[in-house]
Amino acid sequence: MERRSLAASILVYGAAIVMSAIILAPILWLFLMSISSANDLSAQPLHWWPQTLDLSRYGTLISLVPNSAGEAFLGSLRNSLFVSGLATLGAILVAVPSAWAVSRTPQVQWSLFAVIATYMLPPVSLAVPLYMGLAHFGLLNTITGLALVYLTILAPFATWLLKTGFDTIPQEIESAAMIDGARLDQTMRHVTLPLAKPIVATTALFAFLLAWDEFFYALLFTADQRAKTVTVAIADLAGGRVSDYGLIATGGILAALPPVLIGLVMQRAVISGLTTGGVKG
Amino acid sequence: MSSAWITTRAWLLMLPLLIVMIAVVGWPMVDTVRLSFTDTRLVGTSGEYVGVANYAKLLTGSAFLGALRNTAVFAVFSVAAEMTLGVLAALLLDQQFRGRSFVRALMILPWALPTVVNAMLWRLIYNPEYGALNSLLTQLGILSEYRSWLGEPGTALWAIVAADCWKNFPLVALIALAALQAVPRDIKAAAVVDGAGAFARFRFVLWPYLAGPLTIALVLRTIEAFKVFDIIWVMTRGGPVNSTRTLSILVYQEAFSFQRAGSGASLALIVTLIVTVFAAFYIALMRRSGSRA
Repeated sequence: MERRSLAASILVYGAAIVMSAIILAPILWLFLMSISSANDLSAQPLHWWPQTLDLSRYGTLISLVPNSAGEAFLGSLRNSLFVSGLATLGAILVAVPSAWAVSRTPQVQWSLFAVIATYMLPPVSLAVPLYMGLAHFGLLNTITGLALVYLTILAPFATWLLKTGFDTIPQEIESAAMIDGARLDQTMRHVTLPLAKPIVATTALFAFLLAWDEFFYALLFTADQRAKTVTVAIADLAGGRVSDYGLIATGGILAALPPVLIGLVMQRAVISGLTTGGVKG
Repeated sequence: MSSAWITTRAWLLMLPLLIVMIAVVGWPMVDTVRLSFTDTRLVGTSGEYVGVANYAKLLTGSAFLGALRNTAVFAVFSVAAEMTLGVLAALLLDQQFRGRSFVRALMILPWALPTVVNAMLWRLIYNPEYGALNSLLTQLGILSEYRSWLGEPGTALWAIVAADCWKNFPLVALIALAALQAVPRDIKAAAVVDGAGAFARFRFVLWPYLAGPLTIALVLRTIEAFKVFDIIWVMTRGGPVNSTRTLSILVYQEAFSFQRAGSGASLALIVTLIVTVFAAFYIALMRRSGSRA
């Protein structure tokens, strides 16, 4: 490591502090809004630090009282959990065999590019027929219907990420098992999948985050508490007649908590996922 | 095992994926093409074949050109800012300093924040009466009276670009940082010993490692930016006076607000065409960089 001059050190630390502040300030402000009293938030100029602490919105949004704002919000969190979970499960089930096949069979490698192209399609290009199709089968405003639609994004995404993962598992290990007389399904179950466990888990978490983040289809295909996801609930709060900005901020904090925690815990996987190109922003 | 059997086996394993993709992507795509030549309404009676009337009306109307312009402005400026800030941040994080891993962990936060939450957060910050930006700028003496950042056609799109940039520049930074850390340490050190200036070191030592990953990030970000919907819908719904109405917002309004499924479909296809050009570019890049796709 080369020695740095004092001036260079000041520059590096100064820049690091400015950048940290730029990233942290809005998030910190979101949190402060969620615990500031309405008076602090409507002062001009603002009270940057709450004069009276107000934690009541967390109680308002996390509540099981029938027909309350809390019940609706918790319901939307539950819907997001179910839709994202179901869609992730479906995507992994169809993606694992295909990703393995593409990884091990040079003759069908080209089909991966079709998968990637699918992943990049703008959702608006499918929205109208999907709406009519869901309406036809009575699946509008249902968790199943939305999860099915999410496969348009999650299945190609999972196939792509899993394929890059399978590429890192040496083919020789599988060949050895086959030569010893194991069938394909036995090789998969006892050799490949145990080795691929971390890859599948990472892919599933990313797919889950992708579904949790989704807004466009959820806005179109859900109408009320039966299927409305948390992203739609947040947009309702932000665009509706809610005048308590602290309540809107609290909703944001609660919706952001699961993905932010997953992101921080899986830092290393996030960074390697970003560099293979599959994980989008 | 014969090669024919291996190929067949691969297709059999891909069968579930193929069936799902045909059902939720293939068929809807074909149906969008069909709808685009009809005057079908979203709900109710099925429409009549109208030829290219939808396309003709769109391409000559001002709504489409306005949305195309807004989308292009949003994409060009947000992506350019994200790439520049991202590379600068990565160059910083490539230095040795105390707290580096903490700052790197911070970069995950905007990435992990759901897009809708980010949009809502910035909508609060830009609030004309109680927003943090107005308060901060007046307290610093930069602004004499509060402004409606999202309420004026002159500032709304730029305010959204800034919000998008805050969320996405860390993503570019993390990609660029991974590339920079692949540069062998002794090469970096040798360049310093040889007396290469800062610019020369960037251009000749670091850039060869950065160029590939950055090009991929550039194309991916551009594709995402052309599809932009969520952040705009939550912040302005395309207003004021359509100054932030992008192509995806226009499709939504046409097909779902006004229920004109036919003309919405034709507009959606034009958006798809634009994105496909970028996607083809991306796939060509992936192929060139080997089988790492």
